[in-house]
Amino acid sequence: MTHILVTAKMVPDLVEELEIDDSGTALDMTWLRLIINEFDDHSIEQAILLKEKHGGDVTVIAPDFEGIDDVLFTAAAKGADRLIKLTRDFEEGVNNHALARAYVETIKLQNPDLILTGVQANNDLDGSIGPYLAELLGMSYVGYISGVSLEGDKVVVQKEYPGGLIGEMEVALPAVLGIQASEEPPRYVAVSKVRQVMKTATIEEQEIPDLDPRGGLDVNSMYLPEAAEKAEMLEGDEEEIAAKLVEILKDSGIL
Amino acid sequence: MNQDIYVIIEYIRGQVSDISYVMLAAARDLAEVTGGKVVGVLLGHNSQDLANNLAADQVLYGDHPALAEFTSDAYKQALKGLLTDHQPRAVMLGSTTIGGDVAGMLAISLGYPEISSGFTISDGKVISKICGGKIMAETDLPETSTFITMIPGGYKPEQGQSNQPPPITPISVTLDDLKVSLRQFIEPEVGDVDITNQDVLIAIGRGIQSEDNIELADELADLLNGAVCSSRPVVDQGWLPISRMVGKSGQSVKPKLYLALGISGAPEHIEGVSDAEMIIAINIDPNAPIFDIAKYGAVVDLFDLIDYLIEAVEDAS
Repeated sequence: MTHILVTAKMVPDLVEELEIDDSGTALDMTWLRLIINEFDDHSIEQAILLKEKHGGDVTVIAPDFEGIDDVLFTAAAKGADRLIKLTRDFEEGVNNHALARAYVETIKLQNPDLILTGVQANNDLDGSIGPYLAELLGMSYVGYISGVSLEGDKVVVQKEYPGGLIGEMEVALPAVLGIQASEEPPRYVAVSKVRQVMKTATIEEQEIPDLDPRGGLDVNSMYLPEAAEKAEMLEGDEEEIAAKLVEILKDSGIL
Repeated sequence: MNQDIYVIIEYIRGQVSDISYVMLAAARDLAEVTGGKVVGVLLGHNSQDLANNLAADQVLYGDHPALAEFTSDAYKQALKGLLTDHQPRAVMLGSTTIGGDVAGMLAISLGYPEISSGFTISDGKVISKICGGKIMAETDLPETSTFITMIPGGYKPEQGQSNQPPPITPISVTLDDLKVSLRQFIEPEVGDVDITNQDVLIAIGRGIQSEDNIELADELADLLNGAVCSSRPVVDQGWLPISRMVGKSGQSVKPKLYLALGISGAPEHIEGVSDAEMIIAINIDPNAPIFDIAKYGAVVDLFDLIDYLIEAVEDAS
């Protein structure tokens, strides 16, 4: 039976306005809305698809950030069998080196055949989780994956290259895969179903006493980008903007 | 540790990737501060000619049949041996399907720090672009050997090219018990429309919100004799085929007009539109990075605008 483990983490919702904190070296988390890393969401979906096709079980493991319980229960509603939350005050900041090391002891106890992680996260600054886990656990890593099938003691993966080219690769298990996109879009589950699952599913808690951030970075400063040449902005109401756009299209010979 | 900057040269099926030249240009900026050389590292099989136009002071070439195309395990083994012996000040890899597979494993294995999403080098500091292009982060180069994964956009590929072939030094490569292998390349699916040769592209992103709304973009594209393309989220939802995707894993396009509707402009998307003649961006978010590369922009809800725009284009044509 294949035991699949998925890691999930919360990241800033980029739709929101981002601000830098008083230190000038980190995002201000005070009012920041967190959402699941979209590539981790795809990893959960891919794990469930594999379970539906080949059997086995799926464990989702995540550090304790605001909103993570909903993410875990939603994963259970989709078909995840086991939910594990790493607890400590992560919101004071955790780099990916420390987070990967925090995962490792718990993951070892699970003894997974296959680990799926999002290929990246939008706030990655000191590398990404997948390759770190692979090396710490002595497994292989292949990323940018948009298709996975299990074939005995190996997986066959579709790895994305530029221009739509796909490299079909064989990877011996156990392995860590960095998921770019699941084979199907992440499924929708009704809130009512998630609520129902909350009554029966449990989130196991694993306390992380110490973080080991070695290999992470000392950031000098963070700032919002200042473009050398920003777009000429068209002002006015929608109708006026539409008229200005048409003038531009005419002037440039497109119309 | 020496003060050299190593660049791991990436190529796919015999074609050097632009990111390799971008990294050589960035490495030159960094080497001027550290005082070391820019050293290209080329791994392959009968691939030595790929080094000919690299703007490097030296190229180290490792040849092995298992290096004919990239696999993470073979590259990791080959580079681990090399870097353990040479200990350069910094090693650049692409934040790509190639570099992204090996940088992290080597960073843990060798105990190097890793700086992600490097965009430019400024006075020896690495400027990274994160959070979908909305945040810049400045980091000093650590005092130990360091990996830097680079994204495109901060340098032009031509800056990393040279007419003068660099001196090439062979290196020995030992590989054993490889766990990852390439079975085959699968050609991209041929779509109904080739977005790479369109003069007008109407590009839609997450802001289009639902599959039904795509017909609005279609209508506009028809009026302008163009086609609809998209950023990643639209394809991931299954609303458009991957042949319509622009960006990192998709197509690079060069239209006369790229009208971006509800596209934020994350670096992964931007790298596919750098050759567009004119980008016009419509986005509700005034901080969307797409405005940094567009010629014209408007902060407006695309659904409030598009009916007026369709009407105005109809009247004008």
